[in-house]
This record gives sequence, C-alpha cells and structure tokens, in this order.
Amino acid sequence: MNVKSIPISAWVGIVGIAIAVLCAIFAPLIAPFGEREIVGEIWLPAGGDFVLGTDNLGRDLLSRLIYGARTTIFVALAATVLSFALGMILSFAAAVMGGFVDQLFSRFNDLMMAIPTLIFALVVLAVLPQYLWVLILVMAVLDSTRVFRIGRAVALDVAVMEFVEAARLRGEGSLWIIFREILPNTLSPLLAEFGLRFAFSILFLSTLSFLGLGIQPPAADWGGMVKDNKDGIIFGISAALVPGAAIATLAICVNLVVDWLMKRTSSLKGGRGDA
Amino acid sequence: MPDLLSVKNLKIEATSYPPGEPPKVVTLVEGVSFDLEKGKVLGLIGESGAGKSTIGLSALAYGRGGVRITGGEVLLNGRDILNLDRAGINEVRGRHVCYVAQSAAAAFNPAHKLGDQVIEASLRHGLMSREEARKRALYLFRVLGLPNPESFGERYPHQVSGGQLQRAMTAMALCPNPELIVFDEPTTALDVTTQIDVLAAIKHAIEETHTAALYITHDLAVVAQISDNIMVLRHGKTVEYGTTKQVIEAPREDYTRALVNVRQAKREEAGDQSGALLKIEHVHAGYGNGFKVLHDVSMHLPQGQTLAIVGESGSGKSTLARVITGLLPPSEGRIMFDGKELPKALKGRAQEELRRIQMIYQMADTAMNPRQTVRDIIGRPLSFYFGMSGAKKTERVKELLDQIEMGSRFLDRYPAELSGGQKQRVAIARALAAKPELILCDEPTSALDPLVAEGILNLLMKLQEETAVSYVFITHDIAIVRAIADSVAVMHRGRLVRFGAKSKVLSPPFDDYTDLLLKSVPEMEIGWLERVLKTRRMESAGN
Repeated sequence: MNVKSIPISAWVGIVGIAIAVLCAIFAPLIAPFGEREIVGEIWLPAGGDFVLGTDNLGRDLLSRLIYGARTTIFVALAATVLSFALGMILSFAAAVMGGFVDQLFSRFNDLMMAIPTLIFALVVLAVLPQYLWVLILVMAVLDSTRVFRIGRAVALDVAVMEFVEAARLRGEGSLWIIFREILPNTLSPLLAEFGLRFAFSILFLSTLSFLGLGIQPPAADWGGMVKDNKDGIIFGISAALVPGAAIATLAICVNLVVDWLMKRTSSLKGGRGDA
Repeated sequence: MPDLLSVKNLKIEATSYPPGEPPKVVTLVEGVSFDLEKGKVLGLIGESGAGKSTIGLSALAYGRGGVRITGGEVLLNGRDILNLDRAGINEVRGRHVCYVAQSAAAAFNPAHKLGDQVIEASLRHGLMSREEARKRALYLFRVLGLPNPESFGERYPHQVSGGQLQRAMTAMALCPNPELIVFDEPTTALDVTTQIDVLAAIKHAIEETHTAALYITHDLAVVAQISDNIMVLRHGKTVEYGTTKQVIEAPREDYTRALVNVRQAKREEAGDQSGALLKIEHVHAGYGNGFKVLHDVSMHLPQGQTLAIVGESGSGKSTLARVITGLLPPSEGRIMFDGKELPKALKGRAQEELRRIQMIYQMADTAMNPRQTVRDIIGRPLSFYFGMSGAKKTERVKELLDQIEMGSRFLDRYPAELSGGQKQRVAIARALAAKPELILCDEPTSALDPLVAEGILNLLMKLQEETAVSYVFITHDIAIVRAIADSVAVMHRGRLVRFGAKSKVLSPPFDDYTDLLLKSVPEMEIGWLERVLKTRRMESAGN
C-alpha cells in the first residue's frame, strides 16, 4: 500500500477522523476552557473570546464540543466493537455449526429485532442503574442483532465453499474453520458494516442523550448538547446546530474511509480501482 | 459469388487494470482473417483465452464489457458492419446475424414463455406477422426434434431440460431466417448423451435452412462433425486455417497436432484386481426428506490402482464421493478401508483415518482459500497431520512443489495469481502432503483446457507410480477412463450399471446405458456423427 494510492475522498475522511480523535485524546490541552466551567452570558454569539459562542448555561461551546468528542467517540466505538465481537462470534458459530444451534440463535435474534430498538433501549436504560458501562453494553447488545444478521449471511456464503469442506475433511476444528478459513474471506463486507454501524452508534447515542437516557449531564456529549441548546433555535440561536454538524461530519468521514477500505480489500492485491 | 461474411485483419483490444500499476492495453485478437460462404459452417477452436468468443461476437459488431474492436473490417454482404451507427447495428442483429449462447438456462428470460421469446426478434424487426412467426417456430421445433412441438412454445424455460433449452435457443436464432448464426459453445454445458442429440439437431437445422454459421468450441472432435472449415486459434492469433478434412487428418502445425492427438494415451490395466484397499458394500444414501440418490452400490478398489466412476450429471457419482469422505453418512451399507469399517459420519473418524483419504475437487478456484498463499495451503496438512513447522515444513513444501513440477518460486503466490492448471496442481500437492493412501478425484480436469488437462492426468499417473497411491476418479469423460483406469464403475440414476476391469466394462456385450454412453463420446473423425446416428434412432424426445 502506498500513500499516493489513497483517493482524495478517503483523505478527507482520514483527516476528519484524525481531528476528532486528537480532540478526544488531548481535550484538556486543546480546549480553551473547562468542560463544566461557566464562562460568560448564555447563548453569546460566535466570535471574540468564544470561537463558537456559549451554550444555554454560559459554557464555552467549543470546549464542550472538544470534550464531547471524547465521550461520544469512546462510547460509540466501545459499543460498536463489543457488538461486532458478540454478533460475529454468534453468527459464525451459527453458520458453521448449523442445525439446532443456528435455529436457536437465529430465532432469538429475530425475537430481539422484532422489538423496536429505541423503545427497547429506553425501557432497559430507564430500569437499569445509570452507569456508562451499562449504556455501552445495552447499545452493543441491541446493535449486535444487526451484526448477527449480516455476519450469518456472509459466513454462510463462504461456509459452503469447497475449501471449507476441504478443511472439514482434513479434520480441522470449528475454531480453525471460523478464524482461518471463513473470517479472512468475510472481512470486506464486515468492515463496511463496521463503519456503518459506528456511524449509527454515534447517532443512536446522540438520540439517547437527546432523550435524556444517554450520557448524563453535566458531562458533555454531542447528542446531549443538541438537547441542551434546542430551545435556542426558537430565538434564532444556532448553538444546537454546531454539535449536530459535528455528528454529521464524523459520520460522513467514517463512511468515506470505509468506502475506500472496502474497495481496497475486495481484491487480494491492492484493489482494482473504479474500473 | 461474394462471401457472406468476410473478416479482414481483425484487431481487438481491451484495457486491463492491474493492481497498483497504470492501466494497460491488452491485445486480445490480432490479424485474424477469414471468409464464410453462404450456407457453410466455420468452426473456431481454441483453449480459453484464445479469443474465439470475442471473434464470434465481432460478427455482431459487439464487444463484451471493456472490449474494443480497434482494427480491421467485418464485411457482411460486402458492407462493413463495424462502421454502422446504432440503428444500423440493430438492423443487423437479430435479423441478419443471430447468436446462440453457451448457457441457454441463463440466456432465456424465466418470466416469459419459450414461444414468445423465440419469435420476439422476428416481430421486432417486422419480418412476419405473429401468425407467420408462430408457424415458423412450430416448423423449427419440428426440425430440431423437440417433443410435442405444438405445445412446446407454451412452456416456460424451467419446465424443459437443458438439452431442449439449447435447441429452443437455436430455434430462436433461426426464426428470423438470418443469414448467419454464431454458436458460442452450445453443447459444452451438456452431458455427452444430450450433447449428441443437440449436435445432430443443430446440424440438421443448419442444413434445412441453408444458414451459415460460426461454431465456437474448445472440442475439436465436436467441431469436426459440424463444420466445413476450421480455424485454430491461440492467444488471439490464427494457428491454422483450412478445411475440416485437412485440419483433422493432416494438421500442419504442432499445436493442432497436439489438439488432435490429445487423450490418445491408453494405459494397460493392472492384472491382479482381487485385493481391496477400499470396499463399498451395498451403500444406500440420500439427502433429507427421503430423497434417495444412491441405491445399493457396491464396488472395490485394490491398493495402488485407479477406479474410474463414470456417469452423467445426476447419476450420483459425486454423492458417492461424499459418502466415502463421510460428509454424507449412508443410510444403509458400509465403507471398508484397509480391512476395517470406516465410521459412517465425518465426526466419528479419527484424524489418522482422515489423513489416509484425501480429495481433489473439480473447481480448484473454490477448493482453495483465496486468502492463503501456496505455502499456507500446502503447509497446513503438514503441520496438522505431522506437526511440522519452520524450516522443515518449508523444505517439505518445496519438495512437494517440485513433485508437481512447479518449483519454489510459487511459494508466496495467492491462488488468484495462478493459472487454472497450476491451481489444480497445488490442490494435488495439498492432497499429497498428507501422504494419503487414497485420493478421491472429483472431475479434476473437466474445467481445464484439453492440453492442460492432459498435463494434470500425466502428473497424477506419475505420482501413482512414485507413491503407489490409489485413485477413485470421478469423470464423465470416457476418453479419460481409457487413459488412466484399471477398473471402471458405470453409474446411472443412482444405480451401479456395470462394474469390473476396464477391458471388460468397455468391451461388448454392453447393457443399453453403457452402450449409449460409449457411443455418445465424440470421436476425432469426420462423419462420426452420421455413423452413430444411423445405428441409433434419434431419441431426442427422451431428454
């Protein structure tokens, strides 16, 4: 792989993600003010000391956006990684073992998917104690139903190939077949799905925060910030749009990178371009 | 009289996009010229990649995705069809020139009745009224020997067999009364016994309607039956061009000679066939919901010899291989290996039992993990069965690569970077790596070009001499059976029709099915088709 072969669209995505990740890691160093520090009047317009203005309590919007990147990205990423670990292991097991195991997992998955995700999440989160890990876990479990679906479909496609049969005839165990024969051949669709699900996780987390069941105040997160500032819109104050734009930008950046990765991995040696 | 079709100095190019490099222009066909008179048949023959289909399609002024006709002329009735505009080309296609594709099953629209599809081109071009077109279709169905020609057009594509569908496609091409038909491997996907009927039907129809044809195939024996002239192609260039008689009986070029002489080899069968490394006893097997595929099959194979299992698709020969490997446990009967009964299901077999029986597949493409290198593919059985690792393993992989005549420069290649024949060799090396006593070969050469296939067969024979391995060789090709087998089992509809030493099975007196099978194999001889048809009524209604 050489740097020149990366298309511009992917560069845009990479730069966008890099900025978000750097903000998340070095938030205390970059942010001009503290996360919870009230620094001025409420809903000050952009400019002057406050680059993006202040929010509904008079906190610096830019600083909160930078701190918010931290929570939002961490929670969304953790939930996506977990949901993939869970969904892929279960779906591959279902595809390789087949029969009863497959039926059990698949029907249970159908059952989970039959319940609207958002309502399910609201009910569960309202009952469970409000810890960050509970939030991550609930998001991961709910998302893993989607991963299971696609994981089982792609794994089944590969599991009927003759090289898998050859491995079975050799006497290989299920673990070898899953990790050495099937997994490498299903990576590109799953990678694409990972990007997509990560973007959805950000949106889902933002939705939950907006509804008050996600990240709890006063911690900053992008969805929560939209909620905090939504009333300003009535008075023509655009503070709510800033975190909203951040969510959209990150989701787009992730997809740009995933598109490129998918094209690259869909062929063995470096991808075949757009031809 | 001017020629109907005259191709002059044709040049066809395509652009390829090798990974990590700038796009490259590849020449597919260069300097090909030929003439075709009215009512004559020209056979285009060559291995895959020789450019024969590309040339055939150029007669319709068509290039498949990314393919460009960059030079030369294609004159149809003296008019260069390459320079026509869109409307002009549409006028030519389906009216003056028609096309018959290799896979009729994929080429017909499953949502429409056959009759409507057959007459579509004639109606589109306004050549005849619906009533006239129907009449012509009926006439063609009769000429092509289709069963119940009156109601045949009322059926949908999935309601007729593969052989019938191929003939329906020929009827579709003939319907608008074209001057030229391009046949693109019309019988390649069919069983031998079906192929002969379709071949006879096509030949008869061409003679009836005085249509000229380009007949594309990789099988010289087939083209010898049907064409007046033959052009042998290789790498997009003409190797030899002459009358059928001259090309078959007195080929001028070495390459043509090799094609004519392919699979002439015959092996003496082993004298003593009493022992049994593998013994199949009264096996019945089927797939779920009571669908039975195998009925009471018994056969045996002595150590170091080759047992060929022959039959058409659907005869149960591949199912038998699955039973032997344990992928499909038999419902009755048992498999004895080296004097002991093998556990019926794969799960019940010990690693050592698995090691002693290895398998080679028809499609080497799908039989190897595309994300593993040759080193990993061949090395895995070594570490799995013998616990080899590091330098010792690499050493052994290199040895195996030498054994399959490839060499250590292939160590780090991926399957996608190998040719078809090389892939099959690597698959053989993977089987050999386990030091098996029995290798099941499931049509390992049927997806390969004749000369490449011959190389694989010779390699298998050489390995048998070196290692005394036994083969169960599943095939539909009688020529291969003659070349390599010691004993032969003929299967038909899940039953064993005939079993014994090769000399006995392949000599009279025959049972009906073996007779049919043997007579259906095309021979490299002009007039073979007529000779066979004389001795055998055209039973086309049957398939």
